[in-house]
Amino acid sequence: MVQFGCVNWSAGVLATAAPVCEPTGAMQPSMFNPAGAPAETILSITWLLVVICGAIAIVMFALIAYAAIRCRQTKGNDREPAQVYGSNPIELAWTVIPLLIVFLLFMVSARGIFDLQRSTPPDGALEVTVTGHRWWWEFDYGDLGVVTAGELHVPIDDGKPADLFLTLHSADVNHSFWVPQLGGKMDVIPNHTNYLWLQSNRTGTFVGQCAEYCGNQHANMLITVIVEPRADFEAWVANQQRDAVESDAVKAGHDIFLSTACINCHTVRGTVANGTFAPDLTHIMSRTTIGSGVVRNTPDMLREWVWDPQNIKPGCDMPSMKLTRDEVDLVCAYLETLK
Amino acid sequence: MSTLQQPAGPPALTGPVPFLSKLHQWVATTDHKRLGVMYVTCGIVYLIIAGLEATMMRWQLAWPGQTVLTPDEFNRLFTMHGTTMVFFVGMPILFGTANFLIPLMIGARDLAFPRLNAFGFWLFLFGSILLYFSYFGGQGLYGMGSAPDVGWFAYAPLTERTFSRGHSTDYWILGIFVASIGSTLTAINLIATILGMRCRGMTLMKMPLLVWMMLVDCLLVVVALPPLAAAQIMLIFDRLLGAHFFDTQAGGSAILWQNLFWFFGHPEVYILILPAFAFVSEIIPVFSRKVIFGYPLMVAASVAIGFISVGVWAHHMFAVGMSPMINAIFMGSTMLVGVPTGIKMFNWVATMIGGKIRFDTPMLFSTGFLCQFLLAGLSGIWLATVPFDWAVSDSYFVVGHFHYVLFGGLLFAIMAAIYFWFPKVTGRMMNETLGKWQFWILIIGFNLTFGPMHVSGMLGMPRRIYTYHEDRGWELWNLLSSIGVAFQLVAFSLFAMNLLHSCFKGRRAGDDPWDAWTLEWSTTSPPPDYNFAEEPVVHSRRPLWDLKHPEDPDWKYE
Repeated sequence: MVQFGCVNWSAGVLATAAPVCEPTGAMQPSMFNPAGAPAETILSITWLLVVICGAIAIVMFALIAYAAIRCRQTKGNDREPAQVYGSNPIELAWTVIPLLIVFLLFMVSARGIFDLQRSTPPDGALEVTVTGHRWWWEFDYGDLGVVTAGELHVPIDDGKPADLFLTLHSADVNHSFWVPQLGGKMDVIPNHTNYLWLQSNRTGTFVGQCAEYCGNQHANMLITVIVEPRADFEAWVANQQRDAVESDAVKAGHDIFLSTACINCHTVRGTVANGTFAPDLTHIMSRTTIGSGVVRNTPDMLREWVWDPQNIKPGCDMPSMKLTRDEVDLVCAYLETLK
Repeated sequence: MSTLQQPAGPPALTGPVPFLSKLHQWVATTDHKRLGVMYVTCGIVYLIIAGLEATMMRWQLAWPGQTVLTPDEFNRLFTMHGTTMVFFVGMPILFGTANFLIPLMIGARDLAFPRLNAFGFWLFLFGSILLYFSYFGGQGLYGMGSAPDVGWFAYAPLTERTFSRGHSTDYWILGIFVASIGSTLTAINLIATILGMRCRGMTLMKMPLLVWMMLVDCLLVVVALPPLAAAQIMLIFDRLLGAHFFDTQAGGSAILWQNLFWFFGHPEVYILILPAFAFVSEIIPVFSRKVIFGYPLMVAASVAIGFISVGVWAHHMFAVGMSPMINAIFMGSTMLVGVPTGIKMFNWVATMIGGKIRFDTPMLFSTGFLCQFLLAGLSGIWLATVPFDWAVSDSYFVVGHFHYVLFGGLLFAIMAAIYFWFPKVTGRMMNETLGKWQFWILIIGFNLTFGPMHVSGMLGMPRRIYTYHEDRGWELWNLLSSIGVAFQLVAFSLFAMNLLHSCFKGRRAGDDPWDAWTLEWSTTSPPPDYNFAEEPVVHSRRPLWDLKHPEDPDWKYE
């Protein structure tokens, strides 16, 4: 993150992290660059709104400008103007015409609602269960046996758009799942199941983030969706399905990890670490970001994160484990083998 | 027309009044004019506080990755900014102006229940102080201050004890609860006054439009505020007594809170904007020198807005996952509200066309209101369109939209009203030159701040984020928004200077400086304690027009 000159009132909380932070991706989550049918439908309805409301605005501004320019009082002419109390035909016109416009808009948009809002998956869609946590996303691929965090991998076949059907749950408070280029948003509500259909017609990385205020780190609850060719996806799945690889070279870090409170919240499959409060770390190095997208997953950032996550994501649930710098290096050397 | 003779001026005071006596006169008053002034003064003080809160937020967001504020501080600021602006700026200014103007406009000597009126004011004031006390006592321990950080609509279960520790949310609940009891009582009082205390000759269809719109407004207050109070009681039961209404960890419903809150929250938007309609409906005819175009349709449109506005609340919840049919129904009702609102816009413009417009400061602000509220209404139609709402709900587009409604609409109309009725309240004119400077600087600052928010929202920026990455394409729009705040600060400084200066040094206004037509201008400025020496009798909607134009009186045409 680039720092601009400003008074630092927060006792350097973010400042320590700032020099090592980097951009997390080049994509911009603009609704004007849709990548699939839901977002394209939304954009086409938007253009209809632009045309209709733009025309209304032009008419109204012209009338106001006419009144403001041509109907001013001039000096020496203080006779009162003709008093016009109303006109039934004119008033009827500007009651009925807006009603017709509203009717037209209603019909077009109602069709959009029924097209886009689905509670059953389209044929061939990838189905993923999303759980919103404060402040990260858990993605469960169901039968594929893959559980990951922050980054959603989606396969696409040549010449066919990739459908993605999400089942949305929350573990704590309200969140909202929003990747603007792939479709609309849907709230993620505890005790309530929602569904969301997204689609991409091309490979690429699409970003979004939580859209419902969920507390302290709402701003850093980011989403990355990676749409990749099916072969790449299958390789990714095969890798994710493996348990963590044990290696004697990083035994020291492995032992520190397993003997501290890390394992209460994190899972590393194949070890005793089976916590579920925080992201699964079995394949953490396969992810491009950490902290739900707050920073890139580089060796330096990983060390900063394990040293004290509160410097990077102040208020997040992970505390500093009070390890020494040497211990952090050992733990990170171990984490870096979790590919 | 002998009934409209000037009453005698206020009785001459002998010798200076001691400060304590003066203070006592204000604190113990039941006079609708003094209470009105106190409401509006408090509203302006909170406007300054909440405006400075917003300034801090725009400073934080001017560039990506700033560290002016911690996340906690930012979250408290937007919660306090929103809560203050809605409950402690909009509401008191609405009740203050209604208090001051309605008895004068309907030819009455006070509200129906003057002591209830004073009670309502003090409930509002102490409720607001209770909310702000949370900055010092929010954690319930000495020196452990914090303010609520749950957002102004306080979605459950973020407000439950699990996620909101300490007492800050309790202060939020109790402060608003106390103030809303005051608001409900005052609304009942105003309804009783309007229905029961109009002077002779003033039938319902001869009431000034301001009074009509305030009547609809107060009816909405009575319908909308109790559900909020009920929801808040349920929430405080959850927090303090271990109930589970909204406690999703024990089977409670998060969506129940949203329904209850927005059943209050959406009518609340109309409660805030109807007074703006009321102000410009009085100001535009006077400065256009023409009678309002289509009075009966204006009344019908106001009543229609009142009815429709209680049936649109779920348009705040299109992304909650309601069924497509329910989404479509609420989309229809929301779009429908555009029709009576559009009628009003057309009627105001039709009043201006063919008139002889004087662009004094109140008219400038009213014209600014027309232009900006037009944009607010149109972006409201966009948001009512469910598929578009899925794209921008809870984004900065929504922030831009409702600031066009409440700032570009309501606050511009409030400015117009202050410049228009200040002479009646104080007996002195506000400075026109300063007023025009304020208008032009504010209109630049306002549009520069809130116009770009529509763009950043469509580019994917969610609301209520304390920071953002620089690779998202939002930098330019956020920087523009923050630059606009600098213009606004200048404009509001001019306003404060103008207000203070004019209170003491302004030019003497006389009874009727704008050559206006409603009853309040027939009495002295400021009006005497008893308002009118004799109870007025009216024959038309514009009694002073009849008086000034005996050859062509209104009652011939109504």
